[in-house]
Amino acid sequence: MLSEDTVTITVRLFASFRPGRFREASRGYPAGARIADVIADLAIDPKEIGMIFVAGKHADPDRALTTGDQLALFPLLGGG
Amino acid sequence: MVKIIRVNMTDRTVRVEPVPEAWLGLGGRALTSAIVAAEVPPTCHPLGPSNKLVFAPGLLSGTAAANSGRCSAGAKSPLTGGIKESNAGGTVARQLARLGIHALIIEGKPTGEAWYSIRVDNNGAVVEQETETIGKGNFAVLESANRRWGEEIGVITLGPPGEHMMAIANISTKDPDGKLRSFGRGGLGAVMGSKRLKFITLDDSEAKNVPIVDRRAFLDASQRFGQTLVDHPVSGKGLTVYGTAVLVNILNEIGGLPTRNFTTGQYADHDKISGETIHDTIVARHGEPTHNCQLGCKIQCSQIYNDKDGKYLTSGFEYETIWALGADCCINDLDQIAEADAIMDDLGVDSIETSVMFGVAMEAGILPFGDGAGVLRLLREEIGKATPLGRILGGGTGAVGRAYGVTRVPVVKNQAIPAYDPRSVKGIGVTYATTTQGADHTAGYTIATNVLNVGGRVDPLKNEGQVELSRNLQIATAAIDSTGMCIFIAFPALDIPDCLVSLIEMVNARYGIKLTADDVTALGKNTLKIERAFNLAAGIGPEQDRLPEFFELEKIAPHDVKWDMPTEELQSFWKAFAD
Repeated sequence: MLSEDTVTITVRLFASFRPGRFREASRGYPAGARIADVIADLAIDPKEIGMIFVAGKHADPDRALTTGDQLALFPLLGGG
Repeated sequence: MVKIIRVNMTDRTVRVEPVPEAWLGLGGRALTSAIVAAEVPPTCHPLGPSNKLVFAPGLLSGTAAANSGRCSAGAKSPLTGGIKESNAGGTVARQLARLGIHALIIEGKPTGEAWYSIRVDNNGAVVEQETETIGKGNFAVLESANRRWGEEIGVITLGPPGEHMMAIANISTKDPDGKLRSFGRGGLGAVMGSKRLKFITLDDSEAKNVPIVDRRAFLDASQRFGQTLVDHPVSGKGLTVYGTAVLVNILNEIGGLPTRNFTTGQYADHDKISGETIHDTIVARHGEPTHNCQLGCKIQCSQIYNDKDGKYLTSGFEYETIWALGADCCINDLDQIAEADAIMDDLGVDSIETSVMFGVAMEAGILPFGDGAGVLRLLREEIGKATPLGRILGGGTGAVGRAYGVTRVPVVKNQAIPAYDPRSVKGIGVTYATTTQGADHTAGYTIATNVLNVGGRVDPLKNEGQVELSRNLQIATAAIDSTGMCIFIAFPALDIPDCLVSLIEMVNARYGIKLTADDVTALGKNTLKIERAFNLAAGIGPEQDRLPEFFELEKIAPHDVKWDMPTEELQSFWKAFAD
């Protein structure tokens, strides 16, 4: 049920964050929730967070969510 | 006693010389670039008698230091027309170091139709005529060498496109599993082919271990160094489990995955070619998701990828190749991409140059985007057989663009741009434009800081801070490239201070010297200055330090950004080296 008290976002998880969770899901959170709350809700250890992107741009955990946000969470990864 | 071995292909004589004082403190890229800059006339024809092909192990190669098995190969590049250093894993660095060979220099050029091999062992080197393997692929060369000289023999090999001196040709080398690794970029295979050299064998069975001046200090530093590799999440876990292909989803997410010949920054079928999918496919088919290309590697970013029947298909299946054939050429069939990777290994062609070339070939209408079967056919039947079309394709990305009147040709100094769009990752655009190597991502891998949050943060979508970031990384990389270390130690090096501290201590303990961090920075800076001077003298001036025009004209989705780095800012990169 949509109301001003809920924000609905899309969460995408990658690499080691997927097993036991999901690849992509739509989730609702209370208004005023921040990215850090999503991380906690998914039982991801904040120390394991490598990259956070909203709409393909770097974002910080204390950023507040807005309905329609595309949130991507990656562990620390690299390559060449 | 370390030595220089010179092999003259004009008269097939061999000279063994002491190492000049000025070269003693150099290894890997620092050494190959010093030798090429000192001995190759910058205006020579890269396929003529004056070019030289130099192999040099790193300063720590042959020791027990983790990840020290990279070897450098250098020459004037037939692709860029400038100085080139390319490096490879496998067994070569270790063997050259154990044989006490500081550098192996191949000079001159034979007249006549014969082909040759060079056999290197503890007694020196000998040039022999070769007939059996001529015209054959790299795997046949390995099989022949194993049969003739035993399974332990080290091999540096040239495939048929190299024999035909195509600019996409690489030089390949045997790895501990008997598969292939490559000195990939810049057409060094064409240089080897111009000297009619099919392969080099290395027999270190009678060599002694490399001498270490202070064993206790070395062991201590080596243990601490290895620990930093294991402790950092990228080198200790991310790369180990998922390999480099894990970058597919990352670059796709930020809109920096060049798709359909660099026309957009995201690929609809990214899930079909992602590192996560590759990992799951490997596991389901009983391959190896974790695998090393050199003895003593703690990172183990390689993998063994099997086909549907569980048989070996390819290894060293890298992000660059998967991106280029997958997103850039729009081939969404992972098995076709893997088969192409295996063919490129066997032919001995740069999987970046060749695959980006196919993207331009598709834009040119030679074959449709997404035509995986077409790519396999062109590799086998045209490039592999050196048909006229094969020779055009074998000239590389720029050559195909010129032959077909294409303007969207992603090259810098005629070398293909790798797997990161510079419009949405500005820092790597600076590296592509300014490095002496032509478009090269490893030369100054700003992705670490622009995207991966390693070594700090610099916003990939802004111009600010990118030149300084690229410069610092290019200097550090040139130094690391001289040690024989795999560039992936850069991840722990950027975040864990003891990584570089212990690396320098290992060099000092090995040689009984007292290098400081400033000395190492100076080594990197000096190497870049030598390379830059060579390029300027070769006719590659500051006006070549730029990206192709289309990046300035065309926005890339989803962020709708162009390349708009002010020219003065880009030109300021090299000004900092003028001292």
